[in-house]
Amino acid sequence: MKGKKIFAGLGVAAALTFGAITFNSNAIADSARDYISVVGSSTVYPFATVVAEQFGKTAGFKTPKIESTGTGGGMKLFCSGVGVQHPDIANASRRMKKSECEMCDKNGVKDILEVKIGYDGIVLGASKKSSAMNITRKELFLALAANVPEASGAESLVPNPYKTWKDINPALPANKIEVLGPPPTSGTRDAFVELVMEKGGAEFGWIKALEKSDKKEDKDKFKSICHTIREDGAYIEAGENDNLIVQKLDANPKAFGIFGFSFLDQNGDKIQGTPVEGVVPTFEAIADGKYSVSRPLYFYVKKAHVDVIPGMKEFLKEFASEKAWGEDGYLSEKGLIPMPDDERKSFTKDVQTLKNLSCGDL
Amino acid sequence: MIETNIDIVKKGLGKRYRAEKRFRIYGVCAIAASLIFLAFLFISIGTNGYTAFQQTFIRLSIYFDPEILGDTTHRESLASANFPAIVKQSLLKMFPEVQSRGEKKQLTSLISSGASYYIRDMFVEDPNLIGNTVQVWIPADDDVDMLIKGHTERGVEEAERRLNNKQLGWIEKLERDGNIEKRFNTIFFTAGDSREPELAGIWGAASGSFFTMIVTLLLSFPIGVAAAIYLEEFAKKNRWTDIIEVNINNLAAVPSIVFGLLGLAVFLNFFGMPRSAPLVGGLVMTLMTLPVIIIASRAALKSVPPSIREAALGVGASQMQMVFHHVLPLALPGMLTGAIIGMARALGETAPLLMIGMVAFIVDVPSGFTDPATALPVQIFLWADSPERGFLEKTSAAIMVLLTFLIAMNALAVILRKKFEKRW
Repeated sequence: MKGKKIFAGLGVAAALTFGAITFNSNAIADSARDYISVVGSSTVYPFATVVAEQFGKTAGFKTPKIESTGTGGGMKLFCSGVGVQHPDIANASRRMKKSECEMCDKNGVKDILEVKIGYDGIVLGASKKSSAMNITRKELFLALAANVPEASGAESLVPNPYKTWKDINPALPANKIEVLGPPPTSGTRDAFVELVMEKGGAEFGWIKALEKSDKKEDKDKFKSICHTIREDGAYIEAGENDNLIVQKLDANPKAFGIFGFSFLDQNGDKIQGTPVEGVVPTFEAIADGKYSVSRPLYFYVKKAHVDVIPGMKEFLKEFASEKAWGEDGYLSEKGLIPMPDDERKSFTKDVQTLKNLSCGDL
Repeated sequence: MIETNIDIVKKGLGKRYRAEKRFRIYGVCAIAASLIFLAFLFISIGTNGYTAFQQTFIRLSIYFDPEILGDTTHRESLASANFPAIVKQSLLKMFPEVQSRGEKKQLTSLISSGASYYIRDMFVEDPNLIGNTVQVWIPADDDVDMLIKGHTERGVEEAERRLNNKQLGWIEKLERDGNIEKRFNTIFFTAGDSREPELAGIWGAASGSFFTMIVTLLLSFPIGVAAAIYLEEFAKKNRWTDIIEVNINNLAAVPSIVFGLLGLAVFLNFFGMPRSAPLVGGLVMTLMTLPVIIIASRAALKSVPPSIREAALGVGASQMQMVFHHVLPLALPGMLTGAIIGMARALGETAPLLMIGMVAFIVDVPSGFTDPATALPVQIFLWADSPERGFLEKTSAAIMVLLTFLIAMNALAVILRKKFEKRW
């Protein structure tokens, strides 16, 4: 008898849960969302979350929900349509692509506000225990590309022969080339390839000619030269977790690691930034543009949601306020490099007027 | 001499004993190796994480100045009342030598940025505090916390430290006066997520996991058990049931991210359920644990001896009476064990949650099945990826909490089995 009762009880429970679910999801579809939903880049995530938390505690609205989906994944969600089931804001560690903007347009997301929030430096870090090594982007390209130009100067490629830094430039130490960095899915990797590898490759005249060429096949060749990272063990994919890279550098003083500036900022007692083109990655050097390896960070707002979701205007105001993204704002304490004054002013104005982004500008 | 059988046996005996001895040594080695790995895991997590259960607090005497707070009779004006100024004022009173704006900023950065909310909540609870001075222990900033716990070095050069020499001096003065101390970290067990390590807690993620697991249990156990009983006791053995069986076994081995994609396509896109809700998380986990429960339940039913079934049928019980009165009660402990182990696996899963938006920064503790929520393993992942040093110990502490839950659930499975198990 006991078994029958248990089973009947379980049956009732399952039926009730099913009922509750159908009822619930109907109720949700009808009612509006009362919190802001943000998706996108894992690089912007640490900054957006600070603003969200501050906003949730002071403004009297619910704390926005922030998902770390990566820039591309975030754009896809953001552009999937208008309505409470779709996110309101997309964070991006690069500018929106034209194709993404067109996808938005096709799905009815026609009015978008673009806001730049500041800059992020990409740092080649090493352990404090090692002596600092001055390096150029060309040397980094030679150290990390899968195929490099022949040392003789001929315009052809050979599989990367360099084993130690000294092989590339006699002034550098005779340490094995060992660089820990993010995998291809990461936005940091995209930015590193664009800012270091492409620029480093373009130091060779004939590779630069490929980039400038009008022919598509030449451009593709340029990309394949600069974007293909060697896979013989000199570049070690260390996963998306920058903390892990920091710990590994601490254990191996001869290795280098590629990560965002905020990790250097937080771990200054263990890690030092390697000077690139003679400029040490410091807050000031990135802010005034002297340090070459830095990228802008953005977020994109669905204007159709601004009056629908409670707190949207206030959240934008909080993000674009001096106390958040200003010179001494709380975002700079988390490692975000603020924009120059006039740029900040212009974006603050964009936020106030909800300036429209047109796909043609991208 | 003629070789007899016993001679052959004796000749080989030494070799056989040696082989057995070797095998035993291999076994001991295997167990020792796994124990060492386990001990290594626990020790490294434990040593990294135990400090997170304590938090550095600074004692301030807070004067609830009516002039600064202004009108405090209404709830609305309370929200905007200048509590940060009250905290700042009491700090400056402790260090009267601090005058310049830059120094003041450095001084207030020793205190957690959440201090003013702390004071505000205190005031909301007891509005009679106005005009009074109270001694309050306020959480210190995570940089101070790391320094006091010895996770950052005091000896290195000033430029490489998060705290400069002046701030170190202030902290040393606080230490001398006994105004700074480590206390049990209740925030960690009661708060939701935060970007400030000193304000971050595990409770939001734990309740998200709880709601997800409730949905999973309520759906997967009844459906799984019903499916197992039908397949094992009622269904005819034919090609269809063979196909179903192969499919169930296959599903049990499908990588969990696939269930996440399925959840995204079906529950979110087709049924239009909310993103990041424990309800959807529970549904996806149900899909994932169902095959596990069905397989375990069928094994439990199979282990009930046929004599029990035959005896029941022999005295005139119907098929259904036989199953529900005799077979199911005997098989239930095994089914429960399977269910709990399946649930424990679901509790530690993150991959499917990524697709349905539960990998997110959520501060407010969820209070229902449709509130945005995250889960324990997701919280571990998010903290592990945060740049602040303070999150390192928080990550390990969160792993300890998750492990405690897993051990408790597995222990429950063992106890249930021991208690109800029948041997023949």
